Amino acid sequence: MAAPSKSATMDYPVKVAAPPAILEREPLIKPTRNIAYISDAIAGVAEGPTPKWWWICFSISTTMLTVCWAMIFYLMSTGVGVWGLGHPVMWGWAIVNFVWWIGIGHAGTLISAILFLLRQRWRTSINRAAEAMTIFAVMCAGIYPLIHIGRIWYGWWLFPIPNSNGIWPQFRSPLMWDVFAVSTYFTVSVLFWYMGLIPDLAVMRDRAKTKIRKFAYGFFALGWTGANRHWSNYEKAYLILAGLSTPLVLSVHSIVSLDFSVSQLPGWHTTIFPPYFVAGAVYSGFGMVLTLLVPLRRLLHLEDIIRVRHVELMCKVTLATGSIVGYAYMMEFFIAWYSGNPYERFQFLNTRAADPYFLAPLFHTKAAPYWWAYWTMLICNVVVPQFFWFKKVRTSMFVVFILSILVNIGMWFERFVIVDLSLHREFIPSNWNYYSPTAIDILQFLGTFGLFFTCFLLFLRFVPLIAIAEVKGVTPQADPHNPLGGAKIGGGH
Amino acid sequence: MPQSYAIMAEFENPADILHAAEKVRDEGFRNWDVFTPYPIHGMDGAMGLKNSKVGWFSFIGGCTGYATGMLIIWYMNAVNYPIVIGGKPMFSPFYSFPPSYELTILFGAFGSLLGMLFLNRLPRLHHPLLKNRRFALATHDRYFMVIECNDPKYSQIETQRLLESLGSRHIELVEDD
Repeated sequence: MAAPSKSATMDYPVKVAAPPAILEREPLIKPTRNIAYISDAIAGVAEGPTPKWWWICFSISTTMLTVCWAMIFYLMSTGVGVWGLGHPVMWGWAIVNFVWWIGIGHAGTLISAILFLLRQRWRTSINRAAEAMTIFAVMCAGIYPLIHIGRIWYGWWLFPIPNSNGIWPQFRSPLMWDVFAVSTYFTVSVLFWYMGLIPDLAVMRDRAKTKIRKFAYGFFALGWTGANRHWSNYEKAYLILAGLSTPLVLSVHSIVSLDFSVSQLPGWHTTIFPPYFVAGAVYSGFGMVLTLLVPLRRLLHLEDIIRVRHVELMCKVTLATGSIVGYAYMMEFFIAWYSGNPYERFQFLNTRAADPYFLAPLFHTKAAPYWWAYWTMLICNVVVPQFFWFKKVRTSMFVVFILSILVNIGMWFERFVIVDLSLHREFIPSNWNYYSPTAIDILQFLGTFGLFFTCFLLFLRFVPLIAIAEVKGVTPQADPHNPLGGAKIGGGH
Repeated sequence: MPQSYAIMAEFENPADILHAAEKVRDEGFRNWDVFTPYPIHGMDGAMGLKNSKVGWFSFIGGCTGYATGMLIIWYMNAVNYPIVIGGKPMFSPFYSFPPSYELTILFGAFGSLLGMLFLNRLPRLHHPLLKNRRFALATHDRYFMVIECNDPKYSQIETQRLLESLGSRHIELVEDD
């Protein structure tokens, strides 16, 4: 394609002053790259020889996956006593991990649905990988509520399945709402992801060299031809799915938070929970997207498609949501004090925040047993994202990577603080207990990382990890009204 | 001798195919389409397509989902297996709202995806165009205009001349089988 030369603009009758250089936006795709490059670079990842680092990562993650199944098997054959649970902490790491993993998933849906509705075109470079992350994270999350019931073979009681016992699930409990929220979330995320994949699977089909690949990609591409009559329905369906996923993603973590806030435990019984959980979920999810994509763009040579600008923008979302989370922490504290409820005050000051060096001496009390967990959470979630105010930090990939891991750690501790700190000291002091996980708890958690990374690595090898058709659509070459897309200067349209 | 399925013209940039589509629309062709690697902005108007009907499928799906949620919860907790929990009513639209809300979204999403596939007559395991070697570029970086031979206005010579005048550099007949 012959791109019209720059000098063509000289003939244009009205001259408009170009905006100052500082307002000039960094293009989404490196300007020297054309449309063909996009499919070559992205599909090439799934077509080329398997890199060595992939095998190394894959063998580590499959080993961890084996640990995951082994721990589940041990749990099933022995009982939930293999975990560190005990009165009053009956929801230990399983629920912490559940909430953490499901929160991670939220960034994927936010990127694919909410940013789509907001016409944030930069999302196209990252949405596919983020949606895959969502699906795998929800899979990891889904394991925990299922196995924490102890007698896993009764797991189907959670679903309204007609049975010979003549009993039904009881919908006055938020736990049932959660079953519907999480299973809907998983299903709709898969539908949305798969629909986005259809045109890209057709790209893979048309490039395939071997018979097996041709058949497999052809089968899943459903006979997609790229006809505009199809695109017309497709784009409408995509828009509607984005519109449906937006209230979905906001409701899922809200309903997860209702599991806690509908109860009457100090530290759980709070109206701020739904928005606070959603903000935290998006925050942790963006942390995970950064952890995954910052090394991947380098390893897979996709720096021209996932550019520094994309990383910067993700850092800004992390900063915004991290600040909302920080505000929620402050508000929780304020309300605990303002409510005058002694249990609420005790929960926040004496059970969570009182560190042995400053707060405990200041208020003449004993240090909180888990003060270190609370302060890890506070530093990782409130202080760490504030570094993203600086452009130097946002553009340094190594620093972003390290900070994104701290974000993930911080959010895990937030779930731990909410679930276990509230439980371990509730109303009656004779009920108090100190909770610690067992090795099985820890291995089970590591095991789900095995599941997550095994799925993610397989995704990288077999499926285009960036939405090829969508990325093509945001280049200036794809715009019929842009000179690079073939528009005649002054042609009028 | 294999029959021709359609005439296929290749274009090299989105602006050319957009203007070509406007011309073909105005000529009054009916069985034709434009094949592009990504949806081109403004192409629906250039082809004279009406707003997609997918929304109806989603709407019906969503309504079905909400009704299903409310009905099954009412039946399960108030009719077939009533049991008092904390003095709460046997059925209330409030506690059954969250699951019904989720089912609205679930069924609505299935409605959109399946509705899109139905309107596009997909999945389709075979298509004459997919056998054409050159057409594989339609998912890469080329833009194709395809006018089917069964179009009432189709004539091999006239249509080919029209497509040439629209700026296509490569025109070929696609075989049917």
